[in-house]
Amino acid sequence: MKLIFHLAKREWWGFVDAPSGYVVLAAFPALLASFFFVTGEFFAEGEATLRNFFSLMPITLALLGPAITMKMWSEEAREGTEELLRTWPIRTHQLVLGKFFGAFGLLVLALLATSAVPLTVAWLGDLDWGPVLGAYAGSLLFGSVCLAVGLCFSAATRNQMVAWLVSSVLLLVFNLTGLAATTADIHPMLASALVASDLSFHFHAMGRGVLDVRDLLYFFSLTVVCLCWNGLLLERKAKG
Amino acid sequence: MLPDKLNLAAKVEGLKKSFGDVVALNGVNFQIPQGCVTAILGPNGAGKTTAIRILAGSLLADAGRAEVGGICVADYPLEAKKQIGYLPENNPLWQDMTVEETLAFAWVAQGEVGSKAAQLERVVNQTGLSSVFRRRVRECSKGYRQRVGLAQALVSNPSLLILDEPTNGLDPIQVVEIRQLIRTLGREKTVILTTHVLSEVEVLADRVILLHQGLKNAEGSLQEVTQSNDGNVFRVCISGTSANLKSLAEKSGAIWIESQPTSSPEIAAGLMQIESGDLIAKAASELDFPLLELTPRTGNLEALFYRLQDGGLPS
Repeated sequence: MKLIFHLAKREWWGFVDAPSGYVVLAAFPALLASFFFVTGEFFAEGEATLRNFFSLMPITLALLGPAITMKMWSEEAREGTEELLRTWPIRTHQLVLGKFFGAFGLLVLALLATSAVPLTVAWLGDLDWGPVLGAYAGSLLFGSVCLAVGLCFSAATRNQMVAWLVSSVLLLVFNLTGLAATTADIHPMLASALVASDLSFHFHAMGRGVLDVRDLLYFFSLTVVCLCWNGLLLERKAKG
Repeated sequence: MLPDKLNLAAKVEGLKKSFGDVVALNGVNFQIPQGCVTAILGPNGAGKTTAIRILAGSLLADAGRAEVGGICVADYPLEAKKQIGYLPENNPLWQDMTVEETLAFAWVAQGEVGSKAAQLERVVNQTGLSSVFRRRVRECSKGYRQRVGLAQALVSNPSLLILDEPTNGLDPIQVVEIRQLIRTLGREKTVILTTHVLSEVEVLADRVILLHQGLKNAEGSLQEVTQSNDGNVFRVCISGTSANLKSLAEKSGAIWIESQPTSSPEIAAGLMQIESGDLIAKAASELDFPLLELTPRTGNLEALFYRLQDGGLPS
């Protein structure tokens, strides 16, 4: 566990130490806040709610998660440090979890940076904190899936832009499957399967302040599956 | 249970590895005794890096067995890796970290052997890194970066040091410094190094393993390897031009290898490969070229290497 912590710490510092890291971490809250206060209808509605703020969260997390992870494996492969890591007495799962928790720490930092928005709204009106905390919990779980997917594609390519693009597009597609199910004329069973696979469907359920074990299991299992896939990709690389 | 450790530092048996259609290793066997510097030598594509990557545990073999200190690398990777310090080709490092952070990270990742402060102090003194200890890796010169790579390999005090082309890309002064460092390390550790720099082998290695096209061609002390494979390469020197020398090679049926420097523009020298020096002498006489030197390059690693490139040695 100590080794995983050290691997995570290295990832965390490596990201925040670089100017590109600051850009990514600053763009995320700035983008959300400007959409919510400037282009959204918060002041026109005259209601202390963060519904519109969290409705933007899935799309921004689908872009942010892979932006955090895009260079984590691809750069190691390109620079050759991945080979170095493989010659040290570290198990594959420790490497994967080290990367994941490092990325998760950055996600927490990015979400903390958005807390200025609910604090402002609470200062302006009477904010119900239950759904807000539920939505933040949902953001962490949703973000975990984005990070795990991003790590997989980062391990699959040496090009970080390709890793970011493919992961983000895939995540955005899985944010739209529920919408496709309700608009297209398809078999009811397929429609319910599409809705159940929709990432934002599970996120918005948590955003209403409802903690359903099925939503938790959905995010958790998806994260675990992606991290296992990440480990398999690394082990396949060792086979040449 | 782990197998008993043997006196050998490392051993490979029947090692095979292919990358698609390309056969990198085709059943290689060799042994590395403890306490000596062994050079794995061969032309580009001989399989040197593949062999040591398998030994270091970063690559899995298709068939065969690699052992470090009697421990099978494939069966007990963590135990085997704890005995190895590895410097990969091109010396990959995390450029954004300081030298101190790099070594501290390597110490943790390699299993926290001994006390951190003592181990870091030891490797910093061994590799002469104290002046750049707090500097970021990307701000260090290439020579210092190579030292950081070596320090990283040494931080858990491994018994076996594997260095893949350790002087590659360094300037002549840095090459001398790194060779000196490897020589010092070779007094207390078993060292395996790969190289295609022949002078490096002659300066550093106690033993040589010659690989060519994925097969082992020779193994033993430098003297044993060069004497058992007497090279039929000759240094030929004539009074005339390089063109004359090349026509001499053509006339005698020798394979032209390369021109060599001479003290006068009226003298041409070069290396040629031929079964017998008599054929060169006869051709020189027929062409009326004054032959100034005809020296066999036997017992010489360079000659052996040229023969390898020209079609390999008999196994």
